[in-house]
Amino acid sequence: MTRLADIWVYLATSPLLGLTVTLVAYVIGDWIYRRAGMHPLLNPVLIAVVALVLLLKATETPYATYFDGAQFVHFLLGPATVALAVPLYFNLGKLKRLWLPLLGGLVAGSLTAAVSAVGIAWLFGGSPQTLASLAPKSVTAPVAMGIAEKLGGLPSLTAILVISTGILGAVLGPTVLNGLRMRDQATRGFALGVTAHGIGTARAFQESEQAGAFSGLAMGLNALVTALLLPVLAQLI
Amino acid sequence: MLHALTVLLLFQLAGEALTQLFSLPIPGPVLGMGLLFVALFFPKWVPEALRQTTHDFLQHLSLLFVPAGVGVLQHFHRVTQEWLPIMLALVVSAVLTVAVTALTIRALAQLTHADTRAAERE
Repeated sequence: MTRLADIWVYLATSPLLGLTVTLVAYVIGDWIYRRAGMHPLLNPVLIAVVALVLLLKATETPYATYFDGAQFVHFLLGPATVALAVPLYFNLGKLKRLWLPLLGGLVAGSLTAAVSAVGIAWLFGGSPQTLASLAPKSVTAPVAMGIAEKLGGLPSLTAILVISTGILGAVLGPTVLNGLRMRDQATRGFALGVTAHGIGTARAFQESEQAGAFSGLAMGLNALVTALLLPVLAQLI
Repeated sequence: MLHALTVLLLFQLAGEALTQLFSLPIPGPVLGMGLLFVALFFPKWVPEALRQTTHDFLQHLSLLFVPAGVGVLQHFHRVTQEWLPIMLALVVSAVLTVAVTALTIRALAQLTHADTRAAERE
């Protein structure tokens, strides 16, 4: 028994464990998602996050210890974002035809995301700090945190709101789009990217490469537009 | 695989360096995506390897968000304190944003005669 405890103490301090449980949780989440016929509520990111939160709580492992291992997965977000340029390039013809409608959708979506979130939270008694942290929640995390700081919000709270928005967008978005009878892959992907940044893009790639390409484009452009628009909008209010 | 990964990291590095240098309001990797997109226009530059690797890489994009998602642990009390306004704002705003974005694109596409359905058949 002490031998087993020794092994646990050794493993708990090495990055191998955090990295491995992340992959195992995701593989299980992805397996459940596929087995259930890709039911939107069984989103693999949601399953993996819930499983890992329960695991860390149960073993009383601090997030920092877990992240020592998980950071290797987290790091790949950077090169993955750069990689989004490639599918976009292969959808150039469609991008050329659709750039004006996409630009309109981008501005409308960016404003809707910020105004509706802040308005609803204000209506239900959210604190000023929460409101400022909510405003950039549809933008990719690093930019959203910077914007929140400028508006007087809490960057760390914004990070959580951004991830939650991503999961919600991936869970609810395709259902909303089906309800509206949106069949065009570029439009579907773009709407998911504006709403749910990289997590929406990951969801869009499950639909098709074209949806993923336009979703990645939307994520990048939304970061830019929101970073420019929100500080101006905040001064008007 | 090796070349493709090197290319991606080089463009990320360029993006990070430029955003730091000029204090741009976008993150380095997003600028790196823009730079790579422009670079792809130089003829005969896109190796098939890059296409294959990025395809495989992006298939598992959602895995990469798991560690950040687990970060909710650090802010449990804040999120539970104001759970009602936060939850309502996030859910309603997500539904509205998807709908408004998609409907705007469809309306403008019809207005500018960019037939999205014809494009879909390609």
